[in-house]
Amino acid sequence: MTEETPNALPLSTPTRRHTPWGQILAWGGLFVLLLIVAFILLRRQQGPVGVGQPAPTFTLTTFDGEQISLDGLAGKVVLVNFWASWCKPCEQEAADLESAWRYYQPRGDVVFLGIDWTDTESAAMEYLEKFDITYPNGPDLGTRISQRYRTTGVPETYVIDKNGLLAYVKLSPFLSEQEIHSAIDPLLQP
Amino acid sequence: MKSSRILALTLLTALLTFGMILAVQAQEPAPTPSDNQVNAIAKQLYCPVCENVPLDVCPTQACAQWRALISQKLTEGWSETQIKDYFVEQYGDRVLGTPPPRGLNWLVYIIPPLVILGGAILLYRVLASMKKPSPSLAPAQNQTSSQKDEYIERLEEELRSK
Repeated sequence: MTEETPNALPLSTPTRRHTPWGQILAWGGLFVLLLIVAFILLRRQQGPVGVGQPAPTFTLTTFDGEQISLDGLAGKVVLVNFWASWCKPCEQEAADLESAWRYYQPRGDVVFLGIDWTDTESAAMEYLEKFDITYPNGPDLGTRISQRYRTTGVPETYVIDKNGLLAYVKLSPFLSEQEIHSAIDPLLQP
Repeated sequence: MKSSRILALTLLTALLTFGMILAVQAQEPAPTPSDNQVNAIAKQLYCPVCENVPLDVCPTQACAQWRALISQKLTEGWSETQIKDYFVEQYGDRVLGTPPPRGLNWLVYIIPPLVILGGAILLYRVLASMKKPSPSLAPAQNQTSSQKDEYIERLEEELRSK
């Protein structure tokens, strides 16, 4: 008996494999899209800027046409208040803010800035006149400043210390002038 | 002589009347735009405060102020484009119904057509492969069966020789 090993015949002929560019492109595109969605969702969930972080810089053009840059206020305590004329809770704190401003203004090392969020200029001017507000106020053009602070509505107040760090955040109206003082006074101590 | 004087007087009176009409028209304030005119623009803009609510149907005080602003701008002679540009400058892109085609916004315009195109190509290929069997598949099957036969033959031969 002769033992003959049969010649192994290939079961299938080898085929030339093409690189699946279409699939790579589709999966790559989907991955990039998911990354963008994740980035946007992450940004939305970040919440307002936290205490201790550097305050986002901005330049405010006031209703009088004056340009005030936050960088130019280094060495001063800055209170940034976001408000709108249609916002009822903003009215609650307007008089207290103005009163506090008149208290601190002579010192020279405290600055109040009012940022009018999504408002009409005529209504904003009426509001400022109604509450006799004298500290600098201006519109948040294109909502750029509020986006930098990731505000969630109005009123919101951010107090920045002399080193440009965010020292106090209030996401609702101040209930008394004393509350404003208690946010600013600790930052003025040497 | 007399007729020429009458003609001159008539002309002068006509000119004066025409001039007075023009002066009165110039002094007249622009007519207040109707609600329909205001809403035609307002419905293309969205409330910047309340999400996804067009300005024409938004019930808040803020939206009423913005509609009044549109009316005021129309009275001042602003065009629809000018008013929309003003709103974008003041409140950002989110007041527009459709995002302006720039930056990342381009994705909104590019991705859906690409996905539809890709889907159509995929569907076409799947349908095409379902319709006719792959020409390379039939000989391969025959070849496999002939190979099998060859093995069976050899196996039977071996068995017989035993």
